[in-house]
Amino acid sequence: MTTQTERTESAAKGRAGHAEAPSKRGVRLAGAFYIMVLPAFLLFFIFHTIPVLQGVYYSFTDSPGYGPANFVGLRNYIALFTDPRVLHAYWFTFLIAAVATILVNIVSLAIAIGLNGRIKFKNGLRGIYFIPNVLAILVVGYIFNYLFSNSLPALGEKLGIDALSTSLLTKASTAWIAIVILAVWQSAAFNIIIYLAGLQTVPTEMYEAANLDGASAWRQFRSITFPMIAGFFTINMVLSLKGFLQIFDHIVALTGGGPGTDTESVALLIYKGGFQGGEYGYQSANSVIFFIVIVGFSIVQLRVLRRREVEV
Amino acid sequence: MSTAASETGTLAGRAAERRPRRQRRTGPGVNWWLTALLIVLALTIAIPLYFAVVTALKTTDQLGGTGFGLPGEVRWSNFADAWRLTDFPTTALNSAVITVGAVVLTLLTNSMVAYAIARNMKRRLFKGLYFYFVSALFVPFPIIMLPVAKETAILNLDNRVGLILLYVVYGLAFNIFIFTAYINSIPQALEEAAAIDGASTWAIFWRVIFPLLAPMNATVGILTCLWAWNDFLLPLVILSDPGSATLPLVQYVFQSQFQTNYPAAFASYLMAMAPLLIVYVFAQRWVISGVTRGAVK
Repeated sequence: MTTQTERTESAAKGRAGHAEAPSKRGVRLAGAFYIMVLPAFLLFFIFHTIPVLQGVYYSFTDSPGYGPANFVGLRNYIALFTDPRVLHAYWFTFLIAAVATILVNIVSLAIAIGLNGRIKFKNGLRGIYFIPNVLAILVVGYIFNYLFSNSLPALGEKLGIDALSTSLLTKASTAWIAIVILAVWQSAAFNIIIYLAGLQTVPTEMYEAANLDGASAWRQFRSITFPMIAGFFTINMVLSLKGFLQIFDHIVALTGGGPGTDTESVALLIYKGGFQGGEYGYQSANSVIFFIVIVGFSIVQLRVLRRREVEV
Repeated sequence: MSTAASETGTLAGRAAERRPRRQRRTGPGVNWWLTALLIVLALTIAIPLYFAVVTALKTTDQLGGTGFGLPGEVRWSNFADAWRLTDFPTTALNSAVITVGAVVLTLLTNSMVAYAIARNMKRRLFKGLYFYFVSALFVPFPIIMLPVAKETAILNLDNRVGLILLYVVYGLAFNIFIFTAYINSIPQALEEAAAIDGASTWAIFWRVIFPLLAPMNATVGILTCLWAWNDFLLPLVILSDPGSATLPLVQYVFQSQFQTNYPAAFASYLMAMAPLLIVYVFAQRWVISGVTRGAVK
């Protein structure tokens, strides 16, 4: 913390010194700086800003993705709110995102605390837990797909568990569980590493003092560990939720959105409707709504978690 | 000049030193129960991978049941089948070219843009640019994918070159965010000394700043590599020519043909995962610390 402020201070001093330099050199420096940022600005504008604006524009048309389109005003937006397929996709996405975010954070925090304990093979275990992060979700998803649709039912039959004897993936009411399992399996890797980095910032002296006072393990977690890593908790919660709200690969690999459209996420719906269903304009409107939803969620979540950080 | 450089070096070094010191404490009084529990839990990571390996070695009539048994008779030719079916050399080369291209270009360009912005934050234009780029962090890809696919098709960029370009451009938001934070911690006295020696802004960046960015370059390089290699959605919507398909994309494209031949499919999955997994096994520490640095900044 102190080093940080020192650094910014020295940086500020450096900058102030810069301003006093002869103006001629200042101008020359700025010239090179402009050239450094110009190509990036242009490319970013072409490949990011223009698509955003285009998306907004198309959301007010009935474009099927090709040929001429008519301006339809807010009709797409109104239709979205009464379209059961769209509403279901939002509900399904929220369900997955909420459950997966909570689960992944509980699981990763627990494993990270374990990995931070006095254990053997610390580095080896840490290395293993991180493996899912270097694998493509789609490819892992195909492996899980086979496990869920063949191995698990066979295992269920063997053990006489009826609930497991049919594939989880055939019904939306159970497929979401499979999707959450894959999501947690894959992203726990990243979260564990972040929590571990956080836990290593907690001074061990604090635990020693707590032990002397006779505080229980749970009490130590609640009063020392958690408050000390609150910032890492915020990072993980925000990043997980944002990632899971955009869930796509997992669902393509496990269910493809089926049966029917029962397990479609919003991202998958935009893809399918926009590219294959001739709903380019309509799904553009959906994208705009989705954008607002994600920004809204991020801001609310940051606010709530930041306030908690201050309180604890 | 050299003293200041070593100063920033020790700053990074001090952070790295912290871990080994803590590890020494694990020496006496190892918690074996916890170790055992964590090893058992680690099996959840190993099980799907083990399953993929045994399935990839079976013949189709050995499938069935839970599928966890070892193959009775090993059929190596599943890998040959998968190799031929997915045209592995071409596909892997596509993935490699796209990943390497994206990583190299990202490192060279994004750091430079971040430098220009970080050193001019008090100018309104550069400050505006900073927020302009970073605000893109809030724009998820599904929102722009429909127009981008159209745009790249019109510009004849619905190919590998276009894909590299998009990774470089879409990485800007996050990379500028972490590069500028890091550049702000580098004292400007260095650059002033170099400027007095007559170095141009370009020379200062490439000779003085860029080498100092090494830890951040590692982070950005690793994150870009993981992203570009494993990404599915961007290749799916951008690439139009099947010949330029990447490894994840080709698994998707061949699903229908795999349906009847699971062992070949699993061989193909393994071959798709293997390159990065092997790199990871050898560069594990480096990858983990790189990823951590990116998130904690």
